[in-house]
Amino acid sequence: MKLYAKFFSMHLRSVMQYKTSFFLMAIGQFITAFSAFLSVWFLFDKFHQVDGFTFQQVLLCFSVTLMSFSLCEGFFRGFDTFSSMVRNREFDRVLLRPRNEIFLVLAGKIELSKIGRLFQAFLVLLYAVPASGVEWNLQRVLMLVFMLLGGVCVFCGLFLLYAAICFFTVEGLEFMNIFTDGGREFGSYPMGIYGDGILRFFTFVVPLACFQYWPLLYLLEKSDSLWCMLSPLVCIAFLLPCWALWRFGVRHYQSTGS
Amino acid sequence: MKKYLSFFRIRFVNALQYRAAALAGMATQFFWGGMLLLMFAAFYRSAPESFPMEFQELSSYIWLQQAFLAMLNSWAFENDIFEAISTGNIAYELCRPMGLYGQWFVKATANRMARAVLRCVPTLVFASLLPYPYGLSLPPDVATAVLFVFSLFLALGVVVAFTMVIYIITFYTISPTGVRMAATSAAELLSGSLLPLPFFPDGLRQAAELLPFASMQNVPLRVYSGELSGQAAVWGVSLQVFWLIALLALGMWMMHRALRRVVVQGG
Repeated sequence: MKLYAKFFSMHLRSVMQYKTSFFLMAIGQFITAFSAFLSVWFLFDKFHQVDGFTFQQVLLCFSVTLMSFSLCEGFFRGFDTFSSMVRNREFDRVLLRPRNEIFLVLAGKIELSKIGRLFQAFLVLLYAVPASGVEWNLQRVLMLVFMLLGGVCVFCGLFLLYAAICFFTVEGLEFMNIFTDGGREFGSYPMGIYGDGILRFFTFVVPLACFQYWPLLYLLEKSDSLWCMLSPLVCIAFLLPCWALWRFGVRHYQSTGS
Repeated sequence: MKKYLSFFRIRFVNALQYRAAALAGMATQFFWGGMLLLMFAAFYRSAPESFPMEFQELSSYIWLQQAFLAMLNSWAFENDIFEAISTGNIAYELCRPMGLYGQWFVKATANRMARAVLRCVPTLVFASLLPYPYGLSLPPDVATAVLFVFSLFLALGVVVAFTMVIYIITFYTISPTGVRMAATSAAELLSGSLLPLPFFPDGLRQAAELLPFASMQNVPLRVYSGELSGQAAVWGVSLQVFWLIALLALGMWMMHRALRRVVVQGG
């Protein structure tokens, strides 16, 4: 942990060398996320509600998804760009060091400019929490925390999965964007609106719905089934198979040579 | 002209090498389009009377957008060009007996077209097999189809001319990322690639339709389904021509000024 703090301060100091560039990038991130927000807003300006969810309730979903995604994208950047690490043999150096390789990849790259996106998600959350019509009590606040935690776990798992696939092939990885970027884009809305088939897929295969749609039903008192309450735990469990595949990949890793 | 053509061919053959990437890209786009349509279907269920266009027209819009994504998106830049500027390799390119603007323009156009040619056909075929109203329909008549193709190429020209302006801005700043991101997200929103322009609130919609961004995707994709027809279509296409000329002129002028001041450090 102490070592990670050291890495963190190192990254912080290095971006602070180019302050203007850093702030421009953070602002750029903010604007990018803002146009996604605008398109949600425009749609609700015309339609007012979708499948029984109001604008504010959808925003709750939007901000939880965006926040967990940007946290992951910032801190898990090393896995997101892992294919280049395999390609240029940087991973060999990582394996030689006397530390856990996940830790080293994690600490090796931290993209602080994602704070622009995070900030936006935070603002939207701040608006949506009182406006969504949820009667907040301790349980529900805890639920919200678990939604965020679950979201972080799912996206981290996806990035880990992406990196694990890089051990076997570095070609055609674009399809993973369906789950990472797609998860962010389509996760802006509760997964239930896409129909049952999609909902089932995003519950049992890639548990994106488990940190937004199902817990949201609980928060809005649309369902009080135990499954809705427990669904964020599925997200945490999702890390296990991803981690297993990563371990499998590391054991089969063959360097590309020099 | 011949040198531009051969330049074009080189880039084309180059881009055609990445077939696995194209396959993955196609799968992604197909899924993406499907999800978008399901999302719009949910909104349609909630309030069909507020839907600003026919659902079938929207489906055609989305599928064409996915099929020609590689051609019309506003976020794909040629990394070579950025590198050439920041590393100073631009000196070599300047030695070639052809204008730099033309060189880069052809390079970017060829790359975009090659990627799109490889990807669009399967996506279009799949999309047209989908059941009504989720699939891609044929344009209402031949004239519309001709106008669509014309408008599509104009859109390609506008997009490339727009990215050229961004490249040239790089001459002035070392780190172009901020400018690039701001320009890209403005274009994404206002070209109708996040949300078709008819879904915008009134007032904003009319304003957005006048901007150069609307010429990048909005016009051709709406002309195809006949949603934009008659006088409105002619007006849209004329705006495309106007913006193409304006952006070309702006780019060339900026390039001319930038090149006068370019200093390549060492070699």
